[in-house]
Amino acid sequence: MRIEQHPILDFKRGKKITFTFDGKQMKGYEGETIAAALHAAGVKSLSHSIHLHRPRGLYCAIGNCASCIMEVNGEPNVRICVEPLIDGMVVNTQSGKGELK
Amino acid sequence: MRTVELLVVGGGPAGLCAAIQAAEMGSSVILVERSQHLGGQLIKQTHMFFGSEKQYASKRGFDISNILLDKIASLEKITLMQSTTVMGIYEDGVVTLEHKGEYIKVLPKATIVATGASEKTLAFPNNDLPGIYGAGAVQTLMNEYGIKPGNRVVMVGAGNIGLIVSYQLMQAGVEVAAIVEGGPKIGGYLVHASKVRRMGVPILTRHTIKSAHGKEVLEKVTLWQLDDQWNGIPGTEIEFGVDVMCIAVGLAPLSELLWQAGCQMKFIESLGGYVPTRDENLQTSVKGLFVAGDVSGVEEASSAMVEGYLAGMSAASYLGYKLYNMNEVKENLLNQLDSLRHGQMGEKIRKGIAELQIEHEAAASVDA
Amino acid sequence: MLEVTGIPTVEDIEKVFPSKERLKIGPVVVMECFQNIPCNPCYTACKTGAIKEFEDINDLPTVDQSLCNGCGLCISNCPGLSIMVVDMTYSEEEALIKIPYEFLPLPEIGETVKGLDREGKVVCEVKVVKVLRGKSLDKTPIISLAVDKEYVKIVRNIRLGE
Repeated sequence: MRIEQHPILDFKRGKKITFTFDGKQMKGYEGETIAAALHAAGVKSLSHSIHLHRPRGLYCAIGNCASCIMEVNGEPNVRICVEPLIDGMVVNTQSGKGELK
Repeated sequence: MRTVELLVVGGGPAGLCAAIQAAEMGSSVILVERSQHLGGQLIKQTHMFFGSEKQYASKRGFDISNILLDKIASLEKITLMQSTTVMGIYEDGVVTLEHKGEYIKVLPKATIVATGASEKTLAFPNNDLPGIYGAGAVQTLMNEYGIKPGNRVVMVGAGNIGLIVSYQLMQAGVEVAAIVEGGPKIGGYLVHASKVRRMGVPILTRHTIKSAHGKEVLEKVTLWQLDDQWNGIPGTEIEFGVDVMCIAVGLAPLSELLWQAGCQMKFIESLGGYVPTRDENLQTSVKGLFVAGDVSGVEEASSAMVEGYLAGMSAASYLGYKLYNMNEVKENLLNQLDSLRHGQMGEKIRKGIAELQIEHEAAASVDA
Repeated sequence: MLEVTGIPTVEDIEKVFPSKERLKIGPVVVMECFQNIPCNPCYTACKTGAIKEFEDINDLPTVDQSLCNGCGLCISNCPGLSIMVVDMTYSEEEALIKIPYEFLPLPEIGETVKGLDREGKVVCEVKVVKVLRGKSLDKTPIISLAVDKEYVKIVRNIRLGE
């Protein structure tokens, strides 16, 4: 859900770009983080706990808590709350601790 | 290996002011920031700041950030490194950085750690459900990226952050069902509380979260009342159907680098947890290592900025750069900090900081 | 009470509300600032000298009501949005109040909207007389409302729509 009108802020959004999330094509804006783009598309469940596989969402949004880690372009454990979205990015839900290929 | 006179870790209000002050006195500065943006939490503060003109009172946080960033851009002595994380501070003084997969070593002559603080969490069943955020995360989504976190929210914590973010949620068009506060009183500024109250938002003091409910994401929250021993009272449960819960129960200093550097640390509850001892010039027990802002004790952005100027001046002085009226400037900054901490809200902060004061030989070299 | 509820009590409001005599003269400021916090932009904003200089920035503001002309410059400069202006001379039945309002959409001039009390409850209908916005207000528009005199100490916010 994007805010279109705000009493205090003007949002200057960058170029519209596309990326994939678990194989689905999605849109976001240049200059925002992966987490922001996923959130705007209503995706709130980001990582999963290692043992019980409980869904985890965004918590700190400043690269600190690791609640949002995902696999990005094949690299696991990327903190998507601080990782800028880039055109053509491949973002996937990560299972377990992730694997370096 | 890169060498630099001063390394500033953190590009929030404290770090920016520290870099400005040190560069203006002649020091070369590398300013490292983990995020892609400078300004720290300032860039998502849409409310006007308290304080006096010296701390840009009555201006909004993001406007203050722009003023500081313009200043930074005008100073050639400052090298900016955004999207860069400090990995460690080593015994030989080497600081290691990671920037987009690249590993960088820097050897600074002095360092200012201004890493800020991070949101604390709260223990209750299902507190890990997506839809439960630190209040700061919601500010990032709304005010930095223009994205609503959901439709209806319960805010946990009636300190300044809880009150301010509730107001900002309403400005973004999100309904605030209630603000829940464990303590018997509102912790934040009462003017902030009155702002949300007259929008019709209830503040439930002496209440806390009993549990959160939902399968994949948050769907419902159960609150209950607390007795004087902070135990939940059965039979007082209230339910709210919400898709967002914000946790604003305080901040904890991001002090990992200080621990690693061997700084003497003390647990001061009113300052958010473990914080470094320091002298009047904000130099820690480690020579040449200075602190400013929330990492040295959680306060407001206004005091973080003043501390930044002070640490920047102290570090520059330590490096041999002097101002003809340095004592006067220092006096002025210390007075500003005093008056920001002077009110009834500042009492605990003053006590906490008093417990952290140390004097060591290194201090002499700053004042010389 | 205020520190538990966040709502200034009737007694709190009485303490800062101008006297009947002063209200007869014309518009005047009401500062609902009840807590010692480090803050003084109201003083800096005041061009008539009505809001006195702070000895300590944690002091509560003091107003020389004889110098206040109700201009409202302080309203949008107050970080706590705790200031309003009251004019009991507006008309026989109605008072004019000026309040800050930082939400969208803004009301239209002439529109009738709900008047809310300090708890956010609807208490009456009020008429929008003026909507002031501009660069100097820095995104804190000031709304002038015609309010039944009976509600002048009660209305502190508005709600648009249904």
